[in-house]
Amino acid sequence: MELVNALVAITNYVIIPATAYGAQLALGALGVTLIYSILRFSNFAHGDTMAFGTGVVILVTWGFQSLGISFGPLPTALLALPFGILATAALMLGTDKVVYQYYRKVRAAPVVMVMVSVGVMFVMNALTRFLIGVDQINFDDGARFVINARQWREMTGLAEPLTLRSTQVITVVTAIITVAILFWFLNRTRTGKSMRAFSDNEDLALLSGIDPNKVVAVTWIITGALATIAGTLYGLDKSFKAFTYFQLLLPIFASAIVGGIGNPVGAIAGGFVISFSEVGLTYAWKKVATYLIPNWEPDGLVQLLSTDYKYAVSFTILILVLIFKPTGLFKGKIV
Amino acid sequence: MSYLNASEMTGGYGKADILHSCTLTVERGQIAVIVGPNGAGKSTAMKAVFGMLPLRAGRVTLDGEDITTLSPQDRVKKGMGFVPQVNNVFPTMSVEENLEMGAFIRDDDFRTTMEQVFDLFPILKEKRRQNAGELSGGQRQQVAVGRALMTKPKLLMLDEPTAGVSPIVMDELFDRIIEVARTGISILMVEQNARQALEIADKGYVLVQGANKYTDTGQALLADPEVRRTFLGG
Amino acid sequence: MSTARQPGEASRLRAPLFFAIMTALIVIEGLTSGWNSALGIVNMGLLSAIMALGVNMQWGYAGLFNAGAMGFLALGGIAPVLISMPPTPGAFAAGGFAIMAAFAVAIIAVLAAIWLYRNLAGRARALAVAGVLIAGFFLYRAIFDPAVSAIEAINPSAAGNLGGLGLPTLVSWPVGALLAAGAAWLVGKTALGLRSDYLAIATLGIAEILVAVLKNEQWLDRGVLNVNGIPRPWPVPYEIDLQNSAEFVAKAQAWGIDPQTASTLTVKFAFLALFVVVILALIWLTEMALKSPWGRMMRAIRDNEISAAAMGKNVTRRHLQIFVLGSAVIGLAGAMMISLDGQMTPTSYNPLRYTFLILVMVIVGGSGNNWGSILGGVLIWYVWVKAGDWGPDIMSVLASPIPDGAFHDHMIRSAPHMRMLVMGVILLAVLRFSPRGLLPEK
Repeated sequence: MELVNALVAITNYVIIPATAYGAQLALGALGVTLIYSILRFSNFAHGDTMAFGTGVVILVTWGFQSLGISFGPLPTALLALPFGILATAALMLGTDKVVYQYYRKVRAAPVVMVMVSVGVMFVMNALTRFLIGVDQINFDDGARFVINARQWREMTGLAEPLTLRSTQVITVVTAIITVAILFWFLNRTRTGKSMRAFSDNEDLALLSGIDPNKVVAVTWIITGALATIAGTLYGLDKSFKAFTYFQLLLPIFASAIVGGIGNPVGAIAGGFVISFSEVGLTYAWKKVATYLIPNWEPDGLVQLLSTDYKYAVSFTILILVLIFKPTGLFKGKIV
Repeated sequence: MSYLNASEMTGGYGKADILHSCTLTVERGQIAVIVGPNGAGKSTAMKAVFGMLPLRAGRVTLDGEDITTLSPQDRVKKGMGFVPQVNNVFPTMSVEENLEMGAFIRDDDFRTTMEQVFDLFPILKEKRRQNAGELSGGQRQQVAVGRALMTKPKLLMLDEPTAGVSPIVMDELFDRIIEVARTGISILMVEQNARQALEIADKGYVLVQGANKYTDTGQALLADPEVRRTFLGG
Repeated sequence: MSTARQPGEASRLRAPLFFAIMTALIVIEGLTSGWNSALGIVNMGLLSAIMALGVNMQWGYAGLFNAGAMGFLALGGIAPVLISMPPTPGAFAAGGFAIMAAFAVAIIAVLAAIWLYRNLAGRARALAVAGVLIAGFFLYRAIFDPAVSAIEAINPSAAGNLGGLGLPTLVSWPVGALLAAGAAWLVGKTALGLRSDYLAIATLGIAEILVAVLKNEQWLDRGVLNVNGIPRPWPVPYEIDLQNSAEFVAKAQAWGIDPQTASTLTVKFAFLALFVVVILALIWLTEMALKSPWGRMMRAIRDNEISAAAMGKNVTRRHLQIFVLGSAVIGLAGAMMISLDGQMTPTSYNPLRYTFLILVMVIVGGSGNNWGSILGGVLIWYVWVKAGDWGPDIMSVLASPIPDGAFHDHMIRSAPHMRMLVMGVILLAVLRFSPRGLLPEK
């Protein structure tokens, strides 16, 4: 019984939250990794792209709510998601036209592209703040729980509570659908394959008659969509705050690099490596320990690391990967 | 009039010219081979034919049509196929996908062409689901040639197709190239292995410092004592 | 850029011209908003210029993208707290030594793990390394946690931290530089030599962590409770002392300024003089270094890494040197900034302000040009401050045709974010149209 309770506690406090968070990171890392494979630079504006997309989704959600439109038990934000994706994709294409296109033409060094993305980051940061401000916003509505603590107790009779929030289920389901569509697109469609070809060998792709402008445009559209979905899911699951999204850059970059930058499967695996390490190391294991070790009451929280240092987890994993396996767990493109 | 006629090509990347009035022609269905010492401008001459080198003088015609000002991509559409020496496959894509990308500019059904490529290179059919990057050097070259054949080119240009493969694989590759030529495709090829290449060549060009030094049939060049002494090592 | 203007008469006048414009802007600020405000902008601008000098060494001389200037700045800022604050009575006895012992345990464990990693192989290695690290971690926590509680229990409303050594503030400045240099060495050692943007990502990470440490380790710097009353560096006086000095009051009245204003101006001038001395010293040192064989090699590496490596230069090693030196300058600026503010407020470290704005300064001023960094530092700081001031004015003009209501209010409320937009647009415009900046490298 104690063992079951311990497992329930682990599921409730580690596995479920880390799975949802991992799915969000994976979607973010996919965006970073796509830009990296096609445009060949680390996009520092990605966090702010996520914030912008989420900002649009929130505005449209409010619009729907004021019109009395809802999505039943699901959050209205899911209805607003397509509008956010459209707006973000349009912004991405516009940014490419006005900013990035020129640097591709002059074949600028990757580090210059990174610097350019910092400029874009400032602008997007301002746009998001104009759009929605800097405050923390909760925008999830609909049913809050799939399983709440009371239902769980009635179902199982266990002492240890378990809750499954609907946003966690929505995150995972949406992420699975998104990733399935993305992989179908990359592996089965002509345009998707031409993107992979472009990423593999740019010169040969040009020689084969693949239009680089089309590849780049499609990449930005997909990145905008991924960023908006990732940002919206994160915001539904936790809350929206522009600055938090900027800070997500670190775990997202870490996920992409840990998995092997430029490798989509790696990005997903990396997202879960980071999320499980982060949640596992910052979780207070006291409860689990008391279940598992009889007659022992730990003094402290048995927390390896304070949650304030959660970014240190991403960073440490990132550094370890850079030292021991710079190409990442799955073979990435370039060191 | 030859099928490919690249005449009096002069040009280079910077100020200094690499090619000096270099002329290359290939007849329909024949194999032309460019040989010469290192740094003779062999690959450069091939790139000039394909539009990857700015020319100051000279012109290139294909089947009588002047293509001197066309980009490489447009030359592909006119019927040229090019196999670079290195980085000539998409390593994380399967063999089949590589061929598919070769046919990217085609809007019609390319399945028969793919079958023809598989007939020519049976090993590729066997490994069609495997990633090109995981194949051996010789197999990778076959993928590269197969990719270029997917556009149904009239002229196939190969930049040192046997670089870095074993002698047995080299012989096999040359056999395949002869087979390709028999289907009516003209071949222009740069080769380090001059003796073996000239043996299969209908026409051979010996380039020295970006200019034509000797031009004759492959057999004639092999028989020429001067060529033998200076370029074929006796 | 496209006009074929060769370096010559025009470009020799370029620097004086821009510095004259900068001075004119400051004078206008002084005449319109008062000298107190103008000097405030200049002082912070000069500090930003020092940060920009450090970032310029990395980006301008070597092409290294440091996305974590904020972290090195914050780390440098801890130096005045630890060096020049008076010690908290009893803190060292209560836990200071234990904390040092804990750090020693951590370092020994890491070194032992490295030694084991190098001298063992296979499963034994994995087990031994993991074992040593885990045991080291728990031992460290066992010593560290009670020590922290002990220190934080001492007079928590006013102290609760270790306190400092009570040494002069000027001593803390080089210490700040040293702290930043140490952290930079650790980061550079792992992230340099790989793809260029990995350094950017690694520095982004270390910056977040260093600021998190400052926010959370109360025993060190009281965390979010802030440390106040950090002593000023010699020879900067305190306003209250000046106002109490009959001599000063008489002099101020002779000049026709009221003593209170005169005292604040005097303090700011004193800081200004100190900063100018530091800047001139730094510029002299860096110009000397750049002219030396070491500096020439540095630039050769930046301009063509591959050929420099082919010539047998150890590129990664040189990059590490310049990265550490540049971070040390940023750390120095961090210590100076805390001395100027007189307080340590960990929550005020914001990456946009202290990392990315500094990059804007370097690029606008002219990558690779030290005077450009000074110009960029002061000028961009001025624009940043003024964009904050003007934003609401501009926005109220823009919003005036819009009827009162939620949207009108929203526009007015959004005005402060204008400066982000201005900075982004400036950075993008300079990168695109004048990538060598206002004062191009010679």
